[in-house]
Amino acid sequence: MNVANLGRRYTEKLGAVIINAIDGLGSVSYFGSKFFYWFMKPPFRLKLFMEQMYFIGNKSLFIICLSGAFTGMVMAYQVYFGFKLISVDSLVGPVVSITLARELGPVLTGLIVAGRAGAAMAAQIGTMKVTEQVDALEVMGIDSFQYLAVPRIIAGTLSLPMLSSLFCLVGNVGSFIVGTRALMIDEAVYLSKLGEFMFMEDMTQGVIKAFVFGFVVAVIGTYFGFSVSKGAEGVGRGTNLAVVWGMISVLILDYFLTSFLVHIL
Amino acid sequence: MMENMDDAIQINDLTKTFGTATILNGLDFNIPKGKITSILGFSGAGKSTLLKHILGLLQPTSGQIVVLGKDLATLSPVQLREFRRSFGMLFQYAALFDSKTAFGNVAFPLREFTNLDETQIEKRVSDLLLSVGIKEEAFHRLPSELSGGMRKRVGLARALALSPQIMLYDEPTTGLDPITTKMVNDLIVETHNKNRGMTSIIISHDIKATLEISDFIAFLDRGSIVEYLPVSEFKKSTNPIVQEFLNL
Repeated sequence: MNVANLGRRYTEKLGAVIINAIDGLGSVSYFGSKFFYWFMKPPFRLKLFMEQMYFIGNKSLFIICLSGAFTGMVMAYQVYFGFKLISVDSLVGPVVSITLARELGPVLTGLIVAGRAGAAMAAQIGTMKVTEQVDALEVMGIDSFQYLAVPRIIAGTLSLPMLSSLFCLVGNVGSFIVGTRALMIDEAVYLSKLGEFMFMEDMTQGVIKAFVFGFVVAVIGTYFGFSVSKGAEGVGRGTNLAVVWGMISVLILDYFLTSFLVHIL
Repeated sequence: MMENMDDAIQINDLTKTFGTATILNGLDFNIPKGKITSILGFSGAGKSTLLKHILGLLQPTSGQIVVLGKDLATLSPVQLREFRRSFGMLFQYAALFDSKTAFGNVAFPLREFTNLDETQIEKRVSDLLLSVGIKEEAFHRLPSELSGGMRKRVGLARALALSPQIMLYDEPTTGLDPITTKMVNDLIVETHNKNRGMTSIIISHDIKATLEISDFIAFLDRGSIVEYLPVSEFKKSTNPIVQEFLNL
């Protein structure tokens, strides 16, 4: 094979990847936009919404608290040993707290929820799709998007800011315990510096990010659930894609949201 | 083709293409009201696509479908969704909601679409489940705890919950053992006889079962109706494709 042919082959492959990516992005965007039409239309299924809030929110509490506590504790150590070199170890509290509020809280919570709830959404809806339960809803005259996707997307969007806030709270407690008990930073100094450098804007930025991540993770989870075909293998593939794209979206969106929010907040 | 009957469904010159593939090719036939009509054909003949058109889940590339006097093309998505409540459907594997019990599955359409209170729903669901042969001790079992035959019965009870005018059966006996096949066939006939005026449409490739219970049989091959006759005449058809199917 000559160089020209090889070049053409790779260009074609690259072109196909780009076209597929744009096509996929368009499909997910269209799918997500349907939410804004359907969530305002009755019937409002409060019970389904509460079930999803329980599943996404309540059932994630343990893993969120565990991750939050250890993230805060580890960060306290890392920041302390860096800051001690320049004698600003009293700033451990605010640095950990701001990092948790602005970045680590929403991002890590988004990644955890994408792995836990996003995968479950894709698997549940995908299984319903291949066993014709979604068709059964449609035949009964129920819009499957409104019935299955809307409660999950609302629950995801509302749960994630709460989980992220909890992550930050537990992370701060972990950092405080490590900072004051293991690293011997004075409690009063730790708390006063926290009050001095931590602002409402830091929390607001994290909460806005968490809202967006919750929406995106739930849209992607439900989208890949509805996209499932070809039986059990398809459910597995859909679940895998929901987790991978959920996590990728959180990371990419985090950059764009940060660059936007630092200018307006 | 038969005409001059009180028709539940009229299919006029229906064509459906997906890309370059023509799945339904100018179908032109009517399904009579109050009778059991089976649509037979080999796998890939277009039976499921036809079913989805009748339900308004797919739009024709060209042609017209009139169900119970309504041209489906003239209905808005909301009207179409409401109109689908005139149908009941028994899926091949029953398609029960696996998070709900047998009772919950049958109660589901009643809770969604009627103003019945819980006491009335309980009575209606119990009547329906008992009428299809589900005993009370199985009412609160999940689909995973029911046998294939019981799942079909529950699926039928759910389909009948809103007293549909048209009952659709998608491959009701495919993959079942002979005893369960007979049970499902008896159930279809019993359901049809109990609900006077109901139109039953069976999509199948189980020739033996459909010959026993149908009033009319339409034979679909590569997107076209090649034979459509009352069952007694269908058995005598000289069409070579039908003959091949009958002699399998």
